[in-house]
Amino acid sequence: MQFSPEVLIVLGPLFAAAFAGLLQRYIGDRIAQIITTASIGVSLALSWPIFLNFVWGDAHPYLIELFKFIDVGGFTSTWSVRIDSLSATMLVVVTTVSFLVHVYSWGYMAEDPHRARFFSYLSFFTFAMLALVTANDLLQLFFGWEGVGVASYLLIGFWYQKRSANDAAIKAFITNRVGDFGFALGIMLAFFCYHSIRYEDVFSAAAAHPNLMFGIGAFQVRAVEAVSFLLFIGAMGKSAQFFLHVWLPDAMEGPTPVSALIHAATMVTAGVFMVCRCGELFQLAPMAAGFVTVIGATTALFAATVGVAQNDIKRVVAYSTCSQLGYMFFAAGVGAYNAAMFHLFTHAFFKALLFLGAGSVIHGLHHEQDMRNMGGVRKPMPITWAMMIIGTLALIGFGIPAIGPFPGLGLAGFYSKDAIIESAFLSNGTGAQFAFWCGVSAAFLTSFYSWRLAFMTFEGAYRGSHGADHAHGHGKEGTAEPDAHSHGHGYEAHAKADGSAPAHESPWVMLVPLVVLAAGAVFAGIIFAPYFLGVHAEAFWRGVVPLHGEHEGALPTWVTWAPLTVTVAGFLLAVIFYLWNTGAAKALAKGPLWAFLYNKWYFDEIYDFIFVKGARAIGDLFWKVGDQKIIDGLGPDGVAASSRFFSRNLRKLQTGFVYHYSFLMLIAAVAFGAYAIWAGIGAPR
Amino acid sequence: MSDLMHLPWLTIVTFLPTAGALLILLARVLARGVEPGYDAAVRVLTLIFTIATFLVSLVAFAAFDSNAPGFQLVENVAWAFGFGYHLGVDSLSMTLILLTTFLTPLCILASWSIQKQVASYMILFLILETLMIGVFCAMDLVLFYLFFEGGLIPMFILIGVWGGQRRVYAAFKFFLYTLLGSILMLVAIVAMINIAHTSSIPDLIAYAQHVGFDPNVQIWLWLAFFASFAVKLPMWPVHTWLPDAHVEAPTAASVVLAAILLKMGGYGFLRFSLPMFPSASHFFTPMVFALSVIAIIWASLVAFRQADMKKLIAYSSVAHMGFVTLGIFSGTLQGIQGGIYQMLSHGIISGALFLCVGVVYDRMHTREIAFYGGLVNRMPVYAAVFMLFTMGNVGLPGTSGFPGEILSLVGAFQVNAWFVVAATTGVIFSAVYALTLYRKVALGNIENPKLGGILDLDGREWVTFVPLIVATLIMGLAPSIVLHFTEGAAQSIATAYAGGVTP
Repeated sequence: MQFSPEVLIVLGPLFAAAFAGLLQRYIGDRIAQIITTASIGVSLALSWPIFLNFVWGDAHPYLIELFKFIDVGGFTSTWSVRIDSLSATMLVVVTTVSFLVHVYSWGYMAEDPHRARFFSYLSFFTFAMLALVTANDLLQLFFGWEGVGVASYLLIGFWYQKRSANDAAIKAFITNRVGDFGFALGIMLAFFCYHSIRYEDVFSAAAAHPNLMFGIGAFQVRAVEAVSFLLFIGAMGKSAQFFLHVWLPDAMEGPTPVSALIHAATMVTAGVFMVCRCGELFQLAPMAAGFVTVIGATTALFAATVGVAQNDIKRVVAYSTCSQLGYMFFAAGVGAYNAAMFHLFTHAFFKALLFLGAGSVIHGLHHEQDMRNMGGVRKPMPITWAMMIIGTLALIGFGIPAIGPFPGLGLAGFYSKDAIIESAFLSNGTGAQFAFWCGVSAAFLTSFYSWRLAFMTFEGAYRGSHGADHAHGHGKEGTAEPDAHSHGHGYEAHAKADGSAPAHESPWVMLVPLVVLAAGAVFAGIIFAPYFLGVHAEAFWRGVVPLHGEHEGALPTWVTWAPLTVTVAGFLLAVIFYLWNTGAAKALAKGPLWAFLYNKWYFDEIYDFIFVKGARAIGDLFWKVGDQKIIDGLGPDGVAASSRFFSRNLRKLQTGFVYHYSFLMLIAAVAFGAYAIWAGIGAPR
Repeated sequence: MSDLMHLPWLTIVTFLPTAGALLILLARVLARGVEPGYDAAVRVLTLIFTIATFLVSLVAFAAFDSNAPGFQLVENVAWAFGFGYHLGVDSLSMTLILLTTFLTPLCILASWSIQKQVASYMILFLILETLMIGVFCAMDLVLFYLFFEGGLIPMFILIGVWGGQRRVYAAFKFFLYTLLGSILMLVAIVAMINIAHTSSIPDLIAYAQHVGFDPNVQIWLWLAFFASFAVKLPMWPVHTWLPDAHVEAPTAASVVLAAILLKMGGYGFLRFSLPMFPSASHFFTPMVFALSVIAIIWASLVAFRQADMKKLIAYSSVAHMGFVTLGIFSGTLQGIQGGIYQMLSHGIISGALFLCVGVVYDRMHTREIAFYGGLVNRMPVYAAVFMLFTMGNVGLPGTSGFPGEILSLVGAFQVNAWFVVAATTGVIFSAVYALTLYRKVALGNIENPKLGGILDLDGREWVTFVPLIVATLIMGLAPSIVLHFTEGAAQSIATAYAGGVTP
């Protein structure tokens, strides 16, 4: 047991959370805010040097072990802080975004009566996430995994009076648990096959016995395939991948800073982190890796199509997150773990920026989230607008590819996203070509929905009717049309004379985090690309994730230019529909395809029918038929009923005549004696 | 110090509560009628005796050497008919005794609101504690049986007299179910004594290891014991007495029922079935696994549909006990350790959940879920406590609910992965019913005007919960402390089982 700065990074937020949470009645909101923010600040200040030492220094991976968590017959987990380039990357991502979100929340949550509780949850989340990324075995990973899950549950349902928030929180937790079902089985199988759950032991055993089989009877698979597959099921839940994505959009019920921190920058990327951490397993498991690729690519495209048709500003960004996570996964699936991690890194900046920017707009418009009721926000909120445009450019991956001797130049997303699309093109892994085309198509849609969001929110005339009625549906129950009729009236009365929105720019405590994140969105790519992806990648990663450097050079020009081309195309399309000819957008929104996309391919309806109603029906069946009719009916109640029946009839035997009784006794004695002799009871042994 | 070590600590722990009961009885006889303040004095006296029992059990714990093999603190006095008054503990029984003595004072605190015949209630509770502790330290089969069955009677009366509206039905159902199983066990006990010519449990274990019961006989003996323990635990399909008993029982009786009486079933499997009938245990493992998996899925889904808070938690107990049997009958070290851990953790968490129900029941006199809603608005501290134990029930890592679950599954996985795949769905279902319950009771706005004046936890309730909160978190974050302690017993059971399976 030793104490060190690395331990403080992880445990500091826990103590701050406990302090703020347990003593909130006595210390008040202000002190709770200061304590939690300061502790994250300390973690931040301690994390960056560690990370930069991997980037520019010559740090080696190291491990700090605290004490045994569980140790039963080789099933051993130790509370650890593992530091290598992978966890160091996550440390700076988590602490940076968390710190900025803490600061931002000072402004965003200023009116909330439960600020101390909010900051306590935020810090607890940060602790769990840090414990997750610094784990040295699968069980601590699982601990952090569930810890961030419960923090997410608490924060989505932070406004506990709202039924929709509570339902979203439960949905998030349960969907994640479906993933954890796979994760837990993966841990068990890893222990069963490799007799350990420590990363190094598992990876080296898997590498030493790559063809170890697992199965019963005719069902036999390679163990490493099965372990990788099961672990990925966990990642699908946490990172909201296709089939298990349904919770993420609903998670937007939480306060916006939470969406930025948990449901964009950090927690949802835990699945990507896990796949990269276990890259040495997926490396050996082409089928599982192919599955990762296909699911990731499908998610990237699917979520982008749904994002196109959403009206709630946060939901658009949420689907965008889902889609970008898909990119990260198919990058990992095709073996480009470094590209996946780099996209995770850059995405954290620009997606947190977009969420906090959206939060600023929502704040400025007094909690209006429906883009149909926005418009004309640029003028009253110029800084927010500028930051959102930077975020948008970074998200769509704007940049000029390398031409001849000139290196490419662009915003953060350009470096990471193009690297992913190119890796998919060059890979000959299962599903890689599918992933490439999904990636390119999704890039087109990303550009379209991002600009749609920017135009609908900031440009044109204000369409809202502030304070008039709040009975309108918030996206979820609303109609599929981008311009609901109910809001047609009265907006001119509320909009300012020049058509701009009656909004106010957010306070500086909210804007400064935006500016910092915008700086990251602009520069994170150009500064760190050489270390994550380029010439210094070997030195940076030091074998923590498998690298495939041999791809360079074989890339056709059209592949290099494809992302930029589709991005510009998406931009132009958005300009046409949402700036020049808004009537066309309304016409588009009346079509059945739009309704299909708006309703998210009807996943919620299908799941509700199968799982929710199914569970209720089976539960009732087991209870009312199984327990009450069959088990109790045949068991105790049946016995009771029949004994009542017999006792009624036996009563007739109670005649009251002594000789009847004595006669019965005689018969019984004879019968018993006969049985004893027959059975040999009492005979000498 | 060495003189202290030789005191008969187990006897003291076991019968100290009875001494308290006698004292109350004596006071009652002397007082001849109810004097003002009598009930209050009885409560305090009972609390003092149960706390003293806990302290003495800590002394016994201190005198116990977890590194030494076999049974310790042994007391063996010849008794009637050749049966011995024979007590002893290993680390398994030591932890269960500690669980019992730890929870009983909290139950007494939770019974403060009992107004009806306080003295009788407390006397029964004290006797019940003696019988429960006795079960775990009895080292003679007949003595074990007496304690095991004796526990039925006070519980029967507690439910039947202090229970809810359908208390008589519930009490009889409870009594008949458990008695039926026990009679079969009695027959098996007689048979075992006849075969092995001893009623001493350590001798029987040694006999099983060195001579061994005939495999064909083992089958019957195993089944007879199984009938008793399966009802007690309870396993599917003999579980339906539990929800009824819980619903009707007063809060503290529910706590004891869930936390300790159920554990006697698991204890029995570990003490008798596995080490004494290893080949039969091995033979029946698929059946036990199947019943466990059915219990987990079935009870979870049924719990999801309950409208009564206690019934929901009772069904969740059935599901959690499924993990216990899964772990125990894997026969692996991880599984047995997981089973033991799950029993301890369930003792604390389900006990605490029943106390949580008791808190609002005391205020509103209903357990109907639909009656509540939005409690967090009026009772934030209660809501936080309830949240913690809900998460424990869900098996969240960091609470005591997690290590037992994962270890049981890891152990069982090594025997049969397919059953474990099915059982692991329990981690999904537990979240479904537990979080739904929490939402319906604690979250949202207060819709029911009757809840408008409901008050948060008072000092007594807070004192009741704090030890449970601390235990849940310590057992969740540093389970290796407990696991290290129980490893000796778990290892010897696993060894005995493994030795008997492969002759």
